[in-house]
Amino acid sequence: MMGSFLDIVRRDLRLALRQGADSLMVLAFFVVGVVLFPFGVGPELAVLERISAGVLWVMALLAALLSLDRLFQNDYEDGSLDLLALAPVPLPIIVLGKVAAHWLTTGLPLIAIAPLLAVLLNMNGDGFVMLVTAMALGTPTLSLIGAVGAALVLGARRGGVLLSLLVLPLYVPALVFGVSAVDAAVMGFETRAQIMVLGALLLASAALCPWAASAALRQAIE
Amino acid sequence: MHRFANPARFLRIANVILPWSAGLTVVLLVVGLAWSLFVSPPDYQQGESVRIMYVHVPSAWMGLFAYAVMAVASAVALIWKHPLADLSAKASAPVGAAFTFICLVTGSLWGKPMWGTYWVWDARLTSMLILLFLYLGYMALVNAFDDPGRGAKAAAILALVGVVNLPIIKFSVDWWNTLHQPASVIKMGGPAISAGMLIPLLIMGLAFKAFYVTILLVRVRTEIASAKVRAIRLTQVHG
Repeated sequence: MMGSFLDIVRRDLRLALRQGADSLMVLAFFVVGVVLFPFGVGPELAVLERISAGVLWVMALLAALLSLDRLFQNDYEDGSLDLLALAPVPLPIIVLGKVAAHWLTTGLPLIAIAPLLAVLLNMNGDGFVMLVTAMALGTPTLSLIGAVGAALVLGARRGGVLLSLLVLPLYVPALVFGVSAVDAAVMGFETRAQIMVLGALLLASAALCPWAASAALRQAIE
Repeated sequence: MHRFANPARFLRIANVILPWSAGLTVVLLVVGLAWSLFVSPPDYQQGESVRIMYVHVPSAWMGLFAYAVMAVASAVALIWKHPLADLSAKASAPVGAAFTFICLVTGSLWGKPMWGTYWVWDARLTSMLILLFLYLGYMALVNAFDDPGRGAKAAAILALVGVVNLPIIKFSVDWWNTLHQPASVIKMGGPAISAGMLIPLLIMGLAFKAFYVTILLVRVRTEIASAKVRAIRLTQVHG
């Protein structure tokens, strides 16, 4: 079972790397989106510092959302999804593998570049470690919840717009606690509680989302 | 339960219940409105504006209740492939969304004189707003597929995923100490609200519930009729 999981991860990573542009596009969207804020709210450093955590998290959320359609869409269109569903491995394991690959190609680059953008937004240096920690716990949750949404809209009309309506409300808890962890760290408060809640969200979604997503996939390929 | 999976039998039962529930709605609504708007005492702090509560609180209850009905019906539809459960879930969504919307609007109208602002980003307001978005997402997903059966199944899964929000809304006022007042009707040690206000509030709650039952039955009846129309059209086309 572990072997098949790794096979799926490897396959999806290879597909993503060969088509490289997709992953870079998400990263570029994240950077350009964040850079728009100083133009929008004005270049005052105090204002930027105050909103930096929120801006980074919201943009990471939108970037994750943009990349969700490639999670199942290609496999659905070329029929690989039917074969994956017939494989002797439980479908939730396959979903988990695809989510892991999705996170490695989108979540991880976002985390890597976030501190750089935090410098551009004048975030206090105390927040950097917490920003990376909170995003490391939060972005896998985004990929997991997103997988449910991506599986639900397979074959729907205007799936992309619909996906945002389905997934964004469910992203709110991760956003709230992610931002609050970074803000607390910047102001020098205790951040244990927020980190634990983010961890709980990750564990709960890792346990539940693969099942919901595979139920959705089953009825999509029926 | 499978006895009621037969649409013809369901329609017979629905047609018997419908006049009673409609009548009950009218009676309860007239009594409840008269009592809450004219008889019940004004609040010692809030004055007359407390009367918004008699619409606000029951619609909040029904917003949550309709979602719970939708989720249970979705689970039944997914597990037992019960044909009427799909239709009930689908019929419940717009009603619940309307109740949630009324709750948010009356709450913000009440908030202006009491809190000095139409909207605060308080835990309960925010979670109620998310409930509204869940309803909207559900309704969009049901109608996003060419095959109605496919839409119903996808939406049923979404409804079950969204259930996590219900306890968050219910307990948000206890977990986070925010502007919205904590639970005062259903709590340990009995209601913290005077009987002069509690009784009309409960009557309004029952009136809203009777209204919900009535409108749900009407909507399910309509869904059955439109499924029939679709089937007839299809046989006409395919001969």
